[in-house]
Amino acid sequence: MAKGKVTFNDDACKGCELCVTVCPKQIIKLNKEKINSKGYSPAHVINIEECIACGNCAIMCPDSVITVERL
Amino acid sequence: MSKVLMKGNEAVGAAAIKAGCRYFFGYPITPSSEIPEYMSKALPEVGGVFLQAESEVAAINMVYGAGGAGARVMTGSSSPGISLKQEGITYAAGAEIPCVIVNMMRGGPGLGSIQPGQADYYQSTRGGGNGDYRTLCYAPASIQETVDYVMLAFDKADEYRNPVLICADGMIGQMMEAVEFKENLNKNLPAKDWATTGTKGKREKNIVNSLFLEAELCEDHNIRLEKKYKLMEENEVLYEAFGLEDADVVCVAYGTTSRIVKTAIKLAAAKGIKVGIIRPITLWPYPYAIYKDINPNCKGILGVEMSQGQIMDDIKIGIEGRMPVYFHGRTGGMVPTPAGILAEIEKIAGGTK
Amino acid sequence: MTMVYEKSKGLTDVPFHYCPGCTHGVIHKLVAETLVELGVLEDAIGVAPVGCSVLAYKYFNCDMQEAAHGRAPAVATGIKRVHPENVVFTYQGDGDLASIGTAEIVHAAHRGEKFTTIFVNNAIYGMTGGQMAPTTLIGQKTTTSPLGRTVEHSGMPIRMSEMLATIDGAKFVERVSVDTPANIRKAKKAIKRAFECQIQGKGFAIVEVLSTCPTNWGYTPVKALGWLQENMIPYYPLGNFRDFEEDK
Repeated sequence: MAKGKVTFNDDACKGCELCVTVCPKQIIKLNKEKINSKGYSPAHVINIEECIACGNCAIMCPDSVITVERL
Repeated sequence: MSKVLMKGNEAVGAAAIKAGCRYFFGYPITPSSEIPEYMSKALPEVGGVFLQAESEVAAINMVYGAGGAGARVMTGSSSPGISLKQEGITYAAGAEIPCVIVNMMRGGPGLGSIQPGQADYYQSTRGGGNGDYRTLCYAPASIQETVDYVMLAFDKADEYRNPVLICADGMIGQMMEAVEFKENLNKNLPAKDWATTGTKGKREKNIVNSLFLEAELCEDHNIRLEKKYKLMEENEVLYEAFGLEDADVVCVAYGTTSRIVKTAIKLAAAKGIKVGIIRPITLWPYPYAIYKDINPNCKGILGVEMSQGQIMDDIKIGIEGRMPVYFHGRTGGMVPTPAGILAEIEKIAGGTK
Repeated sequence: MTMVYEKSKGLTDVPFHYCPGCTHGVIHKLVAETLVELGVLEDAIGVAPVGCSVLAYKYFNCDMQEAAHGRAPAVATGIKRVHPENVVFTYQGDGDLASIGTAEIVHAAHRGEKFTTIFVNNAIYGMTGGQMAPTTLIGQKTTTSPLGRTVEHSGMPIRMSEMLATIDGAKFVERVSVDTPANIRKAKKAIKRAFECQIQGKGFAIVEVLSTCPTNWGYTPVKALGWLQENMIPYYPLGNFRDFEEDK
């Protein structure tokens, strides 16, 4: 059961993948099907069920793209 | 209004405090060290702050911060010290920060000498920093004028949101004369709602800045600044002039040198030579228009300055080639003499120049 | 629903111009969050000198002044002396603080100026395209040390925190890093304490933050974090070099 709700401000993402590397559950990837206004594939959660709402991704993101709430 | 005998450098400090200056950042240098010395004693007495900076570079940047935070602030130095402040001055012009910078000029170039000089004329009137900027530049010829123009400088700095220079020389800094502090402050200056004082949650953030990475915005900014400078040229020119209508020779000089020229004028009169004078009080904006008042039979113009002739360019611009121009000067800290000036006047008047 | 993390009110809505993965962004967030959490955002006045982070004057949601390269500590001194009750900070890069502005930072610390400095050390000049900085490591290739920096030619990299910690007026000196979430949390604690040092009027406070420069190091943002861990942290040890006593 997902403990967290994670939202991405897609257009602010620069595809740097820092969030990808710090997620303890390895459930964040760049969404290759999407291109944002900057021309990057924005990050997204591939399996929200495993999210533990730790906030690492949001803390690591240099551009405040990610908002994390604990359900 | 009672007069008080004061040394020029100290009168600068007293005038600044009278004008509401409460912050001074400086660094020791002959012949203007008495300015920071005076301020280190006098400012705390009025609840102000004096700080000796680690360098003139740091001092002008402290002025930048304090002025950008809305305070009336001043710094003072002499020639090489003023050279170190040039980047700070162009930044303050670009960021539109009001502040007053006093230069007790001394012999140059480089370390030069510690006696009086006027060889910073180009730097002061053309700008020693980068970019299209201007600064009002007052050249007092006495301690009283120094007091008056330091006080005026604070009003003009706030009025135009721009740095203002006081171009005096070591003689003014070190000399003592009787002065009074006239109440002539402009009360209806606009509030400094642009300053960085903390939003207190009541307004949008303020930014004091001279960076415009987009060229279009930087040009727009320059165009806005140019409007200010045009206003200064139209409204702020100050000069003294007499005897132009029938002069055989006209001298042009400013600051203490103009007083020596006035002595030479008297000596020339005693020999039947009529000599007029143009004394710019604002070195920028320059009084070019007054040159039209020189009578056409005048045999020539003699520029006199403690330099190798930096005063001459503006004289040539002013006279537009209508009559010959000559230069007489001493430099390196040497001071022209009435006799030396008179000899040149006689050559010009006698046509032997 | 409880909020774990959201964008700080201490930042404006101007998107950062920083390169993808540049940890300047992380450090901006920490400063902004600290100003908000300490309740001083509306009193804050920041100084952003020349460098990649000069545009911080657009990003922090408080009054800002842009300063000449290296002169932020002097500008901040002027501001703080006029407004001692405001919270004043400088946000400076290593080219700015450890090179052209060394005199200014040393003397601000020496005078015990009561402002807070965030010193971002990424061992290179970023804005101008990757030149060697005084903090560039030995052997590190840059556009002005193309064969790698050597001690014989340009000396050892400068350790500013250790140097400034010898100055009595510096009441709080700590070096942190933002290469992992855990280190980011520690960095925030240090930044908060550095601002408290100012608020309690103790004296000068500085936090040196090891940061990445993916573009000019020539690494991906993720690999750059690794390079920082393997090369910078050993030479620039993390930790506190000076702390102040709390008001009793």
